[in-house]
Amino acid sequence: MASAIEVTDLVVERGKRRVLHGIGCAVQAGSVTGLLGPSGSGKTTLIRAIVGVQVVASGVVTVLGRPAGSAGLRREVGYVTQAPSVYADLTVRENARYFASLYGLGAGDADRAIADVGLAGAAGQLVGNLSGGQRSRASLACAMIGAPRLLVLDEPTVGQDPVLRSELWAKFHELADAGTTLLVSSHVMDEAGRCDRLLLIREGRLIGDDTPDAIRAAADTADLEEAFLRLIRDQEQAVAR
Amino acid sequence: MSLRITFATAGRILRQLRHDRRTVALLVVVPALLLSLLYFMYDGAGGTFDRIALTMLGIFPFVIMFLVTSIAMLRERTTGTLERLLTTPLGKLDLLFGYGLAFGVAAAVQGAVATAAAYWVLGLETTGSAGLVVLIAVVNAVLGVALGLFCSAFARTEFQAVQFLPVVVVPQILLCGLFVPRGQMAGWLEGTSEALPLTYAVDALIEVGRHLEPTSTLWRDLAVVAGAAVVALVLAAATLRRRTS
Repeated sequence: MASAIEVTDLVVERGKRRVLHGIGCAVQAGSVTGLLGPSGSGKTTLIRAIVGVQVVASGVVTVLGRPAGSAGLRREVGYVTQAPSVYADLTVRENARYFASLYGLGAGDADRAIADVGLAGAAGQLVGNLSGGQRSRASLACAMIGAPRLLVLDEPTVGQDPVLRSELWAKFHELADAGTTLLVSSHVMDEAGRCDRLLLIREGRLIGDDTPDAIRAAADTADLEEAFLRLIRDQEQAVAR
Repeated sequence: MSLRITFATAGRILRQLRHDRRTVALLVVVPALLLSLLYFMYDGAGGTFDRIALTMLGIFPFVIMFLVTSIAMLRERTTGTLERLLTTPLGKLDLLFGYGLAFGVAAAVQGAVATAAAYWVLGLETTGSAGLVVLIAVVNAVLGVALGLFCSAFARTEFQAVQFLPVVVVPQILLCGLFVPRGQMAGWLEGTSEALPLTYAVDALIEVGRHLEPTSTLWRDLAVVAGAAVVALVLAAATLRRRTS
């Protein structure tokens, strides 16, 4: 299967600190890939490098066959930042319509995206008056409008109630079945099982890159959280030796 | 650059403004109120009031739009909307000209209200037409927007952003000829004032005060102010980085 994202030897430095230490990975087209790791592990930095807003020290990031951040990708990649990046002083509908207009799309496309994230009832409300979960769904809607080939979502399910979270994951798989590639970061391990494939990151290094089942099998446990812990322990022992 | 996206962005910024009724009220009413204050300060000294009020009609939009824009742009940076916008088909100039256009429209409303109040309520008299005064006010506001956008690139917080007001705006007000006629300043100060765009805006207003028809000096002055605004917008685009560390 073709790769939507290919990362080779990616090194990122922030100030004098090295945040990513030579990451290499690939994300299959039409899959839901989870990027998992504790807070501060470098998830957001890797995501920013993939959408092309991060200054990188060295390495290559290729997205849909082109260098990350190239102008042609701006219609193909949808990006949802960790903090909901929508205008708090506009309504949900006004936000969606503005982002639709950037892609040359109209009010109908904006309304469809709002309905897709379950916000049709709140479309006329100011984003600033919404709950945290609703706000991040408004932000998600704005990224889905352009029907991008790649959706990069930085912790989109934080603060969502379990029913909605489940609906969002169903939506992600529906999009993937239609051919969209999704890269979804999370620090919640119970979401890892919903992904087709997992990238496990810790302290700026990739410590796992496989399907959830394969990771469970390799670590010899049914629990992904436990599997993650064992991977970390194995890695630390390897370093100590 | 895309006209469609520029206009969509200007529309979005005006919509944001519309939801903030208090800001709209302050934008529209405050300059007129300050002019009234001047009117009572210079009670009976008609000529002095005319000179100062005319200059102020150019300075108010410049200062106010500088402040409003630096904060608005800083908000785009801190809330992550800027980072996101730069991953969409929006061009940097679409965003910056969108701001110029939106706040230019706001300045036209503000300038019309302030100028109407000055002429009809406070009895301001000029030889030239009030329409030219509004035009100069709008061009000045766009200059304020452009400098605000440029300066906000060097500020990480709101505290830093407002500090650029005394650095960038106040010297221009001090040297524009309002307090001391520029001809009476020391040579190096007069020279400095000639390098500052607000000087030309005030000069243009003085031309309106003296001449019935728009003079060639007035058009030259306006061209300098508009040119400075465009240069500042392009510099602002140059400081806007798609990739940050």
